[in-house]
Order: sequence, then structure tokens, then C-alpha cells
Amino acid sequence: MDATYQWLAGFAQSAGLLYFVGMFLVVCVYAFWPRNRARFERAALTPLQED
Amino acid sequence: MSNVDIPATPRRSLWSKHKFLETNSIILVIGVLLVISIGGLVEIAPLFYLQNTIEKVEGMRPYTPLELAGRAIYVREGCYLCHSQMIRPLRDEVERYGHYSLAAESMYDKPFQWGSKRTGPDLARVGGKYSDDWQARHLADPRSLVPQSIMPGYPFLAKTELSYDDIATELKANRNGGVPYSDEMIARAMDDLRAQATPDHPGQSAFEKRYPKAQARDFDGNPNRISEADALIAYLQMLGSLVDFKLYDDKANIR
Amino acid sequence: MAATGNPIRRATTGEMVGILIAAICSVMFLIIAGKTEHSGYAFHALVAMLSAFATIFLIGNRCFQPGPFPAPQEINGKPNYNMGPVKFATIAAMFWGIAGFTVGLIIALQLAFPVLNLDLPWTSFGRMRPLHTSAVIFAFGGNVLLATSFYVVQRTSRARLAGDLSPWFVVLGYNLFIVIAGTGYLLGITQGKEYAEPEWYADLWLTIVWVTYLLVFLATLGKRTEPHIYVANWFYLGFIVTIAVLHLGNNLAVPVSLLSPKSYIVWSGVQDAMFQWWYGHNAVGFFLTAGFLAIMYYFVPKRAGRPIYSYRLSIIHFWALIFLYIWAGPHHLHYTALPDWAQTLGMTFSIMLWMPSWGGMINGLMTLSGAWDKLRTDPVLRMMVVSLAFYGMSTFEGPLMSIKTVNALSHYTDWTIGHVHSGALGWVAYISFGAIYCLVPWLWNRKELYSLKLVNWHFWISTLGIVFYITAMWVSGILQGLMWRSYTALGFLEYSFIETVEAMHPFYVIRALGGALFLIGALIMVFNLWMTVRSGELAGSESDTSVSPQLSLAH
Repeated sequence: MDATYQWLAGFAQSAGLLYFVGMFLVVCVYAFWPRNRARFERAALTPLQED
Repeated sequence: MSNVDIPATPRRSLWSKHKFLETNSIILVIGVLLVISIGGLVEIAPLFYLQNTIEKVEGMRPYTPLELAGRAIYVREGCYLCHSQMIRPLRDEVERYGHYSLAAESMYDKPFQWGSKRTGPDLARVGGKYSDDWQARHLADPRSLVPQSIMPGYPFLAKTELSYDDIATELKANRNGGVPYSDEMIARAMDDLRAQATPDHPGQSAFEKRYPKAQARDFDGNPNRISEADALIAYLQMLGSLVDFKLYDDKANIR
Repeated sequence: MAATGNPIRRATTGEMVGILIAAICSVMFLIIAGKTEHSGYAFHALVAMLSAFATIFLIGNRCFQPGPFPAPQEINGKPNYNMGPVKFATIAAMFWGIAGFTVGLIIALQLAFPVLNLDLPWTSFGRMRPLHTSAVIFAFGGNVLLATSFYVVQRTSRARLAGDLSPWFVVLGYNLFIVIAGTGYLLGITQGKEYAEPEWYADLWLTIVWVTYLLVFLATLGKRTEPHIYVANWFYLGFIVTIAVLHLGNNLAVPVSLLSPKSYIVWSGVQDAMFQWWYGHNAVGFFLTAGFLAIMYYFVPKRAGRPIYSYRLSIIHFWALIFLYIWAGPHHLHYTALPDWAQTLGMTFSIMLWMPSWGGMINGLMTLSGAWDKLRTDPVLRMMVVSLAFYGMSTFEGPLMSIKTVNALSHYTDWTIGHVHSGALGWVAYISFGAIYCLVPWLWNRKELYSLKLVNWHFWISTLGIVFYITAMWVSGILQGLMWRSYTALGFLEYSFIETVEAMHPFYVIRALGGALFLIGALIMVFNLWMTVRSGELAGSESDTSVSPQLSLAH
């Protein structure tokens, strides 16, 4: 086991986890932000409203 | 048109950045690129930097010109679609095929031929398991030797002259990709190929010096010409024969 | 369509440039064809030269076409959609689909009856299998994605496809790539990397086509009048961008010379393996999943006449899917010489992938809540819903197989083949069939399909085929895996390898039968579509291209 490996593994297990959870939260907040609700509801009708 | 008629959301919210993200397709592209590149970078980049990715072993050498030509035929005929070259460290595989495969053993493989399906057996250590004669007959008509075999026959290999005019260029192309062929190996590639496939060729001792453990002889049963079967059998007979596992220390390379 | 006064017009700058490039290329290809020693490569150079000639003719011919030029962006206040390339890709998809399924049936029979290899170079399994996989994934699937993406991006952006020549360049250029790749395999021209077999010059060509595809798609999105980009387009964009990255990464090869079809990849051994399965798995993730999820997000709501169950879920679905998928590649390399840490990463992310996959499936299925009765009356919708069920099944099976202990048994066996086909036949092909059944009447301005009864037949025959196929592969895969690791009481391996091959025979026969049924179903579909175009009743004149009876529900 060389030092690079140890360091990378440690980094992945700490910063990596934070990064994943952070990403997921950002996406969820965006998707569930109350202000966005109306826009998404409108967008969902896009395929049905074509001329 | 629609009964859902809601005015656009006010722009000055805290989340206007995100609105920008999803209304601007360029930003969406950049978002996708960022998200996908992280996974690739984390998994692939360290393989080039971590010292222990490829074990240090004795005996690995680049393919001889004839073996390289044979390997090209192996790739051309799609052998990798039914034969793996990767023995996993599982009890039955090690007993059936031999010592599990090391990363070092495919360090000069362009492309790697580990395979993903074993319709036929693993070939990582097939070298020396069967005689040249068996290989030649089996390639031409597999069911004459193994009646239950479902392998296609390749009778045309022994009938087709190997074309090796640009073998030196092939070696050079490999060197450009990091395979340590020397200038001498490239310059003598054509002679080396002939020396390996022709019995009692005068260039054999020089060839064997350049490629230790290489096997030089007629492979396909017809010493008068160098056929595609010669090349392919030369390749098959060297598979797994380079690393001497009596000298290899398993424990030193546990990852 | 009234002809303008002057039937001949001046060529546009784009057309002139196109003709010029084609002319230069045709000379170059002629030189290459004359100088190369490799007959297969010379053949490809000639094909390319003829394509360049055809390009010159096709572009020149446009100048003699009657009708307004350039095509108006709008007619009577409605977007003047450019459906020509969509129609072409739809026909190409069905053509390649039949070809790919047929080759699949042939190689399935070769495994059951090896004499069918005929002992000839170009008919042996090793050359035919890449032909099958490329034909179904890239030729059939690729044309479905081209057709639907060009359709969906226009309709949801309410704008005509951007570009004049470029959309045609994309569909025709892509199909030229298919021809070069497929004929190459039979002639023995291959890189030897699974699902990335085409050699350097075909790869180079695909890169040009693909970048144009991306630009056309982006420029069309840029023309949209709606502020929001509909989520189906997110998936299309994710697919196009990621495939470009994967294609470039996995095909970084140095040609032996300009006159040789051969190249050597710059990576070797273990790094090449990692690159290959990073590519290989994400070809599944982004080509066969993200692209076809885009189809799901447009065609299922459209056909059901209801909006997607949860638009928010679709956003989370999108980011979670593309984020997680890209990591899953190493599960193809369990217990190999790839370092353990990479295998563990691959396994972890593969298991996590189960969640967004099922999120997407649920989103699609629940779109039908309150309209489940439509499944009884509309076999096209049923086909799409069953495709989602197969998607759910194979995305559950996938994470399971990525667990190392399961993989130790399943890897190298037919279980993998069965898994792939439950996804490919059940999910990808079925959602494609559903989309094409919707598209053809819309594109050719027909009121409805020629026969829903025939769709029903197609559905049941091919479903039976899929069931035969995947159960045969489950049994043969698990059986062979167990036989390989089976020991006698004395501690010896119980079976020789060839005994395990012999045991596979009955399952290979059943698998071929399943494949034949699937092919028959697809042939029924072609007949049905043909009759729809030939003799179907014209749709009402109040709508120019699209009439779907469900549309009224949304208003």
C-alpha cells in the first residue's frame, strides 16, 4: 500500500461522501422548491399542448 | 390553449441561478459534463499513477513480430467474444486454468483481450497445453478432435499466406503507444518474423536474444510457407508462458 | 405547394461548401483506394467516394426542387416542422432492426448448430456477433434515437429543426457509419473492443457526425419559444454529450498508417480494460438507457394523454441517473486484475443505481394511474408499459449481478447474455416499437395504424419470444456457472469444460426459438407500418402532422 493510495482512499471516503450528499440535496431542493412548482406543472403538460 | 395558465415565476428569487441552468441548454451541457467527468476521472486516472496497479514481475517482454501478427488474427476473427484471457482468483478457475492472471501479464496488450464470455475455455495460459499439431488440426476442424465442440472451423487460416509487409510499422505503432520495442527490434522485425516461423533459420539466435523465451519453429505443419495459422498458433503457444510463477511472490502484490 | 416562378435557384453558401468538401473528399478517397494494400480498406474508400458523389448529386439536386426556399420557419403561425430526416431515420431503424434481429437469430443458431458457421471467414460467429450487436444497438437503436430526438426536440420546442443541410448530414452520415462499421466486421476490420469495434477512420467519421448532431440539437433548443426545456430533452442531451465523451475516450487510437485500416489504442492492458468498460457500461447507461428514457418521457405521456406522474421526480431521476451510472463500469471486471478499490467503487455505485432506475420506472408507470383501462384497448401503450416493467426487472437484476459474490457465478456465463437481452428486447426494443407505432401515423399524416390487431399479435408473439430467450439464458447461465465450480467428493473438478458446453445445447435451441419469435413479431410490425403508410386513411386536415385522439383530453 503506498501513500498515494492511502491518501486517495481517505479523500474519497470523506470529501466524496460530502460531495454525493451535497449534490443530491441540491437537486432535491431544486426539484421541491415551492416557487418552482408552477413551472414544473406547466412543463409537464408540454407534450400534450402541441399544435 | 391550456387551462393551466400560470405566469412565469419571478426572476429575482434566490434560485434564479438554477432557473438559468435549466433554461439555458449550454449550461445544461456543462452540468452534464461536470457530473459525468468526475466518476470517470476518479476511477481511471489513479490507474495511471498508483504504483501497485501493475505488479512488478520478471519475464514480461513485448510480443515477437510473429506473435503480434498472430494476435492481430485473434482480434480479427473475434476470438475474444467466446474466449476470455483473464483467470480469476477463484479455486475452480485456478485449478482449471492455472495461476490467476496478473495485470502485468497484459501490460503490452493493445487492445486488452480479457473477454467477457466463456463460450469456450479461458486461454490466458493455453500456451504449451496442446501440441502445435493439435492446435493446427483443431483450428481447421475443431470437431475432428473435440466432437462436442461448438467452435467455428478456421480451415482458411492454414491456406492463407500471412501478409507481413508492414510488420515493422506495426511494431512502431505499438512503440508509439508505450510498448518498449527497441530500434533494433523494429529494424529486424521482418527477419525476426521469418526466423521464428522457419526451422533452422540463420537469424534464430539473434531473434531469441531479442525475445527471451520465444519459441521458434514451424507451427502449422507446413514449413514451406508462413501462413496465418503459423502466426496464430505462435501467439496461442506463448500465452501465459512469460511469467515464471515458481519465482513469483503472491503476497508481495496484494492490493 | 406552389412552385415559384424560377425552378432553378442559386446554391446557398452552405450548399457550395458542402459540394466543395465532398468533391475534395472524393478525390482523397480515390487516392487512398488506389494506394492501399488492404482490400477491405480499399472497399471502404470506394464506398466513401461513392457517398461523396451521392452528396454532390443530392445537394445539387436541391437547387432544382420547386417550392419556397429556404423552407419557411412557420406556416400559418404554426411551426413548419422538418420531418424528412425523422422519416428517414424511422425507416432506417426498421430496416436495421430486421437486419440486426436476423443476424442475432443466425448467430444463436450457430451456437446451437456450429456447422452453420460454414467455415468461411465472413460467416463465422466471431465476425457475425459484432455485426449483430452493432446492428441492434447502434443501427436500430441509434436510428430510433435520431428519429425520436429530432421529432421530440421540434415538437417540445415548437420550432423547426435548426440547420438546412445539417439534419440530413446527421442521419445520412450516421447510416454511412453503420454501413462502414458493419461491412468492416465481415471483412475482418475491427479494433477488438466490445461494442467499440469500428476502426479509427469510422470512429473519426462518427465524431464529425456526432458533433453536428449535438449542434443541431442545441441550436433547435435555442430556437424554442417556451422558456423551459422539457425533461425529455435533458435526457437526449445527456445521452448525446456523454456518448461523445465516451466515444472519444475509448477510441483514442493511433492508426498504423493512413493506408492501413489498423490502429493501436494508446492505453494497454488494465488501463485499456478500465477505459473499455467505462465506455461499455455507459453505452448501456447513456445510449440504451438515458436516450430511451427520453423516449419514455415524451411518448408515454403523449400516448396516455396524461402528463408525466411527477415532473419533480423526473428531474431528480435525471441527475441521479447520470451521476451514478458513470461509476458503474468496473462491475464488468470483478475479480480481474483491475485493482480492488476500483471494483468496489463499481459495485457500490451499481447497487445505488437501482434507486434512480426504479424511480424512473415508477414515474413512467404511474403516469397511467387513473387510465389503466387504456392498457386493454391500446396495445401500443401496453407495449410501452411492458417495456417499463422489463426496465424495472433488468435494472433490479443488474445491481444484483454487480455484487461480487453473485458476479463470481454469473460472469463469463449466459446469465449476462440473458440479462442484456431482457433489457435490450424487453426495454429498449419495446419502447422503440411503441414510439415507432406512434410516430409513423403522425409523420405520414395517417389517422391511425393500419391494424391494432396486428400490434396485438406482434406484442404477444415477441413477448413469448423474450420469455423463451431470457429463461433459457438464466437456466443455461446458472447451470454452467455451477458446473464450472462443481467438485466431486474426492475434491476434483467434476466436469471438464466441454461437458459444460454440451449441457448448453438444449438451451441454445430454445434461445434461438425465442429469437425467431421476436423476429417474426418485428416482421409483423413492418407489414403493419407499411400498410399504414400505403393505405391508411389520411388524418383530418385541421392538423398538419399530428393527430392523436388523446390530445383533446389535455385541453
